[in-house]
Amino acid sequence: MAIAEPKIVYQRPTSLATRVTHYCPGCTHGVAHRLIAEVLDEMELREKTIGVAPVGCSVFAYNYFDHDYVEAAHGRAPAMATGIKRMLPKNTVYTYQGDGDLASIGMAEIMHAAARGENITVVFINNAIYGMTGGQMAPTTLPGMVTTSSPGGRDIESMGYPVRMAEILSTLDGAGYVVRRSLHDPNNIRKAKKAIRLAFETQERGLGFSLVELLSSCPTNWKLSPVDALQFIEDKMIPMFPLGDYKVNPEIGKLRV
Amino acid sequence: MAKKLYKGNEAFAEAAIRAGCEGFFGYPITPSTEFLEYMAKRMPELGRAFVQAESEVAAINMVYGAACTGKRVMTASSSPGISLMMEGISYIAGTELPCVVINVMRGGPGLGNIAPSQGDYYQMVKGGGHGDYFPIALAPSTVQEAVDSIALAFDLAEKYRSIVHILVDGNLGQMMEPCEMPPMQPLRETPPDWAVSGAKGREKRILSSIYIDPPDEEVTNLRLLKRWMEIEASEVRYDELHTEDAEIAIIAFGTAGRVASTAVRQARAEGIKAGLFRPITLAPFPKKEIAALAKRTKRILVVEMNTGMMLDDVSRVIEGKVPIEFYGRLGGVTPLPDEIYDEIMRISHNIDAPAPENPRMEWVTRLEKILEGEN
Ligand SMILES: Cc1ncc(C[n+]2csc(CCOP(=O)(O)OP(=O)(O)O)c2C)c(N)n1
Repeated sequence: MAIAEPKIVYQRPTSLATRVTHYCPGCTHGVAHRLIAEVLDEMELREKTIGVAPVGCSVFAYNYFDHDYVEAAHGRAPAMATGIKRMLPKNTVYTYQGDGDLASIGMAEIMHAAARGENITVVFINNAIYGMTGGQMAPTTLPGMVTTSSPGGRDIESMGYPVRMAEILSTLDGAGYVVRRSLHDPNNIRKAKKAIRLAFETQERGLGFSLVELLSSCPTNWKLSPVDALQFIEDKMIPMFPLGDYKVNPEIGKLRV
Repeated sequence: MAKKLYKGNEAFAEAAIRAGCEGFFGYPITPSTEFLEYMAKRMPELGRAFVQAESEVAAINMVYGAACTGKRVMTASSSPGISLMMEGISYIAGTELPCVVINVMRGGPGLGNIAPSQGDYYQMVKGGGHGDYFPIALAPSTVQEAVDSIALAFDLAEKYRSIVHILVDGNLGQMMEPCEMPPMQPLRETPPDWAVSGAKGREKRILSSIYIDPPDEEVTNLRLLKRWMEIEASEVRYDELHTEDAEIAIIAFGTAGRVASTAVRQARAEGIKAGLFRPITLAPFPKKEIAALAKRTKRILVVEMNTGMMLDDVSRVIEGKVPIEFYGRLGGVTPLPDEIYDEIMRISHNIDAPAPENPRMEWVTRLEKILEGEN
C-alpha cells in the first residue's frame, strides 16, 4: 500500500516572526499572538496591516509579528491607531493592549476610540494584574486578590471594584463588535480565534470599533503554576468577567467563518 | 497673489493646509481654538484627516500615529494643552518622526489666563518632554511671518526627522492682519522609506522609541545630538533692524520683538543709535550672531513677555563681554512701545555706566515702580 503524501496540518503562520518570545512559561500572550497571526494569514491582511504595541509585557509584540508595527506610549495605543487609520483608511490597524494599559492609564483613549466608531480592532489581554512592572493591582484585579500593591488583598472599600471593559464599551454606539473570550483551554482558544476573526471582519467591512477581550493567565505574578493559573481563570475570573457577545453588528452576526 | 485680511489662527491653519498638511488632531483651547475650527471645516472639504480628540494627550498621540505614515501632520494648542502633549512629543522625538506643533502661548503657570505670553520659552525651546532630544523652535513676529514659517517648519521637520515647535502668542493668534498666502503645494505621493504602510513586497518596518539596551539608546542619543549640531550649523534664522551701528541693541522675539521694533524706530527718529536683533529660530539659537553683535554694540537690552528666559541664553552667549539689561512684562501683559522706548532712553543716558550686576533683579525693582504707577 502506497504511503499518502505528507500533508502540512500545522505550522507557523506567516504573520508571526521566527523569533523566540520573552514571555514567561505558561503565559497566554503567546497564544493570543498566534491567534492574531493565523487570522491575518487567513484573511490575507498581513501586507496591509499595521499593529500598535502597548506598554506592558507585550511591549515587544512588534518583534514577534511579521508585519508593520509601531509602539505606543502607555495607554495611548487607540489614539495612535486612530492617527494611523485616519491617514491610511485602507490599511488594517489593530492595537494589542493589557488591562493596565487599556483600562487604567488608557481609559480615556479606549472609550473615545470606541465612541467615535473608529474603524480599528483592539485585542485586549485581561490578566487581572500589571505583569511587566512586577504584579501590581490592575483595574481588573479581583476583590481580595493579593498583588504587590494590594498586599492584604484588593480591599473594595478603599481600592474599588474591578472594571468590566467589554460590558462598558458595548454601551457605545460606535462599537460594532465587542466580545469576551478566554484562553484557558483549547475549546475556548478556538472560540477566541473565531472572535478575533470576526473583529477583523468588522474592521474590513467598515462597521466600526471592534474589541476582543481575552481572559489570560499570568502564572509568574499570580504565583501559581501554569496549570493552576488556567484553573484560576476558569474558577475565579470567568465568574467576575462572564464570557459572551456584548455587542455584535447584525451583519457580523450573520457571518459564518 | 494679493494680500487678504486674515485672523492669525485662521491664517496659520490655511498656511498649514497649503503646505500639504494631511492630518490635524487637536482639542479646543483659547487663544488657539480658531485654528482647530478652521481645520474642522477645511480638512474634510479637501478629503484630509481632522479629528477633535478627547484631550491633548490623545491629540498628540494621534499625531504620533499619523506621523508614522510619513505624511505631513500637526497639532495646534495653547500652553496648558501643550503641557499635556509633552508625553507624545517626547515619544515622537524618540521615534525620530517629523511633525509640527504650534503653541499659541498664554499667561501661566496653571490655568493662568488667556492673554498673550512668552512664558513657555523653556518648555518649547529646550524640549519640555523627558529625555535627551532637541526640538527646532521658530518664533515668528507677524501673521505673515508665521504663515511663511509653517511651510518652513514642515520642510525642516522632514529634512531632519524632527519635531518643529512654532511659538506664537495670543496676540498673533487673535489679531487680524493682511497677509499673502503661499500657493497650494502638491501632496507627497510616495511615503518616505521609513514610514509604515503595510509590509507589501518589503521587510516589515517597526517605529518605536524603545532602545532597551542602554548602549543602543546611547547611540541613538548621540545620533540625535549630531543631527542637532548639523541643525545648529545650518538652520539659524534671525532678523535685524539698525544693528550695524547700534549702541543699544535690543534682543527680543515674537510679539516682544515686534513691539521693540516700534520703539527702535522712534528712538532712531530722535537720533539715538538703537537697534533690534530678533531671533527667528530660538532653537537653534543665533549664538554666533549675538556674540558678533556684542562686539559692536555698547549695551544689550533683552525684552521678553516672561521673567527673562531667553535672557539666560543671551547671557550665556555674551559671557559678560558687554553689559546686559532686561525688561519684561508678565502674566499675559504685553509691553507697549513706549515702555521699551523709555528703557532705551534710560539706557542711553547711562550708556557708560557699569554693567548691572543682576539685570533681572534691577528690572524687578523698576517694574515694581511701574506697577505702582499703573495702579
Ligand atoms: C506613563 C507610564 N507610566 C507607567 C509606566 C510603567 N508601566 C510599564 S508596564 C505597566 C503596566 C502594564 O500592565 P498591563 O497593561 O496590565 O500589561 P501586562 O504587563 O500585564 O501584560 C506600567 C505601569 C510606563 N511605562 N509609562
